[in-house]
Amino acid sequence: MDYINIFIRSIFIDNMVFAYFFGMCSYLAVSKTVNTSLGLGLAVTFVLSITVPVNYLLNDYVLGEGALVWLDNLLGLENKFATYDLSFLSFIMFIAVIASMVQLVEMVVEKFAPTLYSQLGIFLPLIAVNCAILGGSLFMQEREYANLGEATVFGVGSGIGWLLAIVGIAAIREKIQYSDVPAPLRGLGITFIVTGLMGVAFMSFMGIQL
Amino acid sequence: MSSEKEPLFSAKNLKLITTPLGAQNPITIQVLGICSALAVTVKLEPAIVLSISVMFVTVFSNLIISLLRNTIPARIRIIVQLVVVASLVIIVDQVLKAFAYEVSLQLSVFVGLIITNCIIMGRLEAFALGNKPWPSVLDGIGNGAGYGFILIVVAFFRELLGTGFLTLPGLGAIQIVPDVFYQWGYANNGFMILPPMALVVVGIIIWVQRSRNKDLIES
Repeated sequence: MDYINIFIRSIFIDNMVFAYFFGMCSYLAVSKTVNTSLGLGLAVTFVLSITVPVNYLLNDYVLGEGALVWLDNLLGLENKFATYDLSFLSFIMFIAVIASMVQLVEMVVEKFAPTLYSQLGIFLPLIAVNCAILGGSLFMQEREYANLGEATVFGVGSGIGWLLAIVGIAAIREKIQYSDVPAPLRGLGITFIVTGLMGVAFMSFMGIQL
Repeated sequence: MSSEKEPLFSAKNLKLITTPLGAQNPITIQVLGICSALAVTVKLEPAIVLSISVMFVTVFSNLIISLLRNTIPARIRIIVQLVVVASLVIIVDQVLKAFAYEVSLQLSVFVGLIITNCIIMGRLEAFALGNKPWPSVLDGIGNGAGYGFILIVVAFFRELLGTGFLTLPGLGAIQIVPDVFYQWGYANNGFMILPPMALVVVGIIIWVQRSRNKDLIES
């Protein structure tokens, strides 16, 4: 089953945080308590599972080489638009989709879940510049998933992987406050090293074939 | 514009370049731009190329936003910044693909991720929006260099201890650890080239830096 394979891979083996260090900025800044990190993790998962499929469609029907062939068919032309390769525009298109999608999510959350909105505060708009989101779209483009379903599964899986990582580190950081860490390592330093150790643990999933 | 002209490299301006290298380092102190910093540090060559690319983008995005700072409406400034940064990154990407194709393959998605590199947005928000073009350019150079410095240090240790080689742009892989060492029983630490070690190496750099400068210790 391809879908299950992609799903498990994107959560555990190709984990956004431990294998590629995506979204480290908010991962380090927000992971002080479990509650807020859970909220941010859910928001990231949600945005990823929307933007990856949308960008997949964009890539497939507008940006890729020969993607505009439907325009030829529509207008009854021969090989006019089909020869265009607009992939150099993908960065700017992807980030535009992400920024507008985050704006939309922000408005929806503000309207329908005001409590969650006030809890997330500044971190909701900052998802737009979270590397995990753009990274998800760029990996989707690079790995050339076969269809929309696979891309969606990849987006959801990556989001859940990120959620697991940030909730895990938040739980550890809540405990580590009571430990005797050497003064220069306190705060940022020990968080880096703990994340490294968690990454080693996640590496044990490597080589799993489904 | 003040009527009195400040010298281009006054002490205040030079400070803009030097503080990001040490006490205000973007990676170890401000915690900005970690995302792309760690994954490309397996080899020295991509680390150097990415540092140069990031520096180019920080300098020119700072300059452009600083020139435009009085005309950008506050409400849509994020979009404006993203457009400027994304255009600069597209230039970098196209140049790399044309002149350093091998390296651009190694960097894969990380060139695109310069757009969401927090250093760039962070410096635009914190500095370029409120300062004149020349100090903004210097701030861009300083922060780009501070970022590149950490990247190169991490990559140096990871490649040297992990493979015994150092890869330099234009020179290829150079063997640093002599063969005699291997005959005496020295072994490469394969662990260093795995992703988690990048985090541990940065953790150790933070440890060293904060031991030397006690003001930086978090309470």
